[in-house]
Amino acid sequence: MILNPDEIQAIRQEAGHFPHPSAAAIEALNIAQQGHGWISDELLKEIADVLGMSPAELDSVATFYNLIYRRPVGKRVIHYCNSVSCWMLGAEDNRRHLSEKLGIGLGETTGDGEYTLLPIVCLGACDKAPVLMIGDETHFNVDPAKLDAILGDTGAP
Amino acid sequence: MDKPLTRNIKPDGSAASLAEYRAGGGYEGLKKVLAEFAPLEVQRQVKDSGLRGRGGAGFPTGMKWSFVPMGEDAPKTKYLVVNGDEMEPGAFKDRLLLEGDPHQLIEGVAIASYAIQANIAYVFLRGEYRLAADRLRRAIAEAEEHQLLGENILGSGFNLDLRLHTSAGRYICGEETALLNSLEGKRANPRAKPPFPQVSGLFGKPTIVNNVETLCNLPHILRNGVEWYKGLSRTGEPGTKIYGVSGRVERPGAWELPMGTTAREIIEEHAGGMRDGYRLKGYLPGGASTDFLLPEHLDIPMDYGSIAKAGSRLGTGTLILLDDRTCPVRMVLNLEQFFAQESCGWCTPCRDGLPWTVSLLEGLIAGRGRPEDLETLERLCGLLGPGNTFCALAPGAMEPLQSALKHFRADFERYLQPHSISGGVHA
Ligand code: SF4
Ligand code: FES
Repeated sequence: MILNPDEIQAIRQEAGHFPHPSAAAIEALNIAQQGHGWISDELLKEIADVLGMSPAELDSVATFYNLIYRRPVGKRVIHYCNSVSCWMLGAEDNRRHLSEKLGIGLGETTGDGEYTLLPIVCLGACDKAPVLMIGDETHFNVDPAKLDAILGDTGAP
Repeated sequence: MDKPLTRNIKPDGSAASLAEYRAGGGYEGLKKVLAEFAPLEVQRQVKDSGLRGRGGAGFPTGMKWSFVPMGEDAPKTKYLVVNGDEMEPGAFKDRLLLEGDPHQLIEGVAIASYAIQANIAYVFLRGEYRLAADRLRRAIAEAEEHQLLGENILGSGFNLDLRLHTSAGRYICGEETALLNSLEGKRANPRAKPPFPQVSGLFGKPTIVNNVETLCNLPHILRNGVEWYKGLSRTGEPGTKIYGVSGRVERPGAWELPMGTTAREIIEEHAGGMRDGYRLKGYLPGGASTDFLLPEHLDIPMDYGSIAKAGSRLGTGTLILLDDRTCPVRMVLNLEQFFAQESCGWCTPCRDGLPWTVSLLEGLIAGRGRPEDLETLERLCGLLGPGNTFCALAPGAMEPLQSALKHFRADFERYLQPHSISGGVHA
């Protein structure tokens, strides 16, 4: 078992809020992902068991959403918005700067396992474009200088 | 000027507390509804108010509700679902309401639920809105403590259980039937209609899905009355609207203004006009899935009917500006990449047509375009247009493209002349 008893308990509790336990699929995936970083095949099977779903059924959900990771990611995922307003105001410059600074391309993870760089669609803050999310935190009006400061603060190379 | 929806929103961006919300008349609308009106009377008032859904499609809210079975024979379980999956590029108005005044949404949910006699409501929130989720969770707990949610609300005998569901990021979840599938824990493909969700929605029960801004209007309509609500507008379409502007303006942002305010006033007065050195070349009036309008349309009132007459849609009312130094073809490519990525893949025209659109545009920009490509793009606008796909994602994706091909034809054609590709905005 990879899921620990607390996680199983939390998943069961979420499932109890719906008429069918499978409705808690995303909640369950989120709970597991929080503890394990990403959803491995084994983890997926265990969650499916708890929810009474087939692994294939749960996988069709897990692979559908941008924020569920079916492959290993770093401790902090950098999601930079590449939608229209951010694109217009410098998202690509930020992406290039991040790639150079961290030495990774899109979808890659730094050697120390700290950061993964992924695009994301509009983060609903287009008035503060360009925008990016690092872990749970959203940063607004980002430019390369600001990025240096943000990553410096969080102990990046 | 009365700004009911945003009056509690503070400049520092912190959330209005329950006490602050109540001090401004918060929960008075709900109190009045529960004490004085039968559910059908609430439905009638909302219908009379002329409120239209603020999520993008603009369907009359009262009419949507009227398809829910009511009375003795109606199913015992019904659901109210809040569409808080704001993911259309360019749209950021619901975030403002969710983060700044969560109790207003809760009151709107309670009123809507009472009107259709739903006892369970879900807020379907996009996963990236972490701050909104925290604040909403706190506000729901506060409301439960004060008997504004839960059993026997304000002593009326009405019960409502409100739950927050945070999604995991996928644009198609904003489509109401895809949202229901997602909420049921399934892959979020849209459902065939009929049956309509009002009759058979979440878990097969009657369900209403309403947008965040739509619901936030309800407390004010029910508290102050239909005539007051109509008086907020500058045109025949009632109420206020949260308009937003992004792009190269001095002060991008969102403002609650009378319905029917012109784009010129929004851009020039509220957003401070274009940044120095930039001129307005066009704008998407209501987010990524609307047709481009031109500077000559700036004085048209921003309401559903007037924008439709001008050849676009009010959509979410959030303008995305195209300036004279941004290439319209590249902007359209960015939009189509978004739609191609977010297509749910259910139906062929959308699944295959959008990547094809992207590759044609990429080829054009890379200097590999052929004159017939522009005709192919035009043909795709028809093939992926209304009526040919399972849901509105593909037709929405075609709106910026088809209007750009019409209004900015020269920019597309310039890419067909190799010598000019490195010149001007096309560098
Ligand atoms: S139009 Fe696109 S998003 Fe809509 S059902 Fe078809 S494939 Fe899915
Ligand atoms: S386009 Fe980046 S936040 Fe909206």
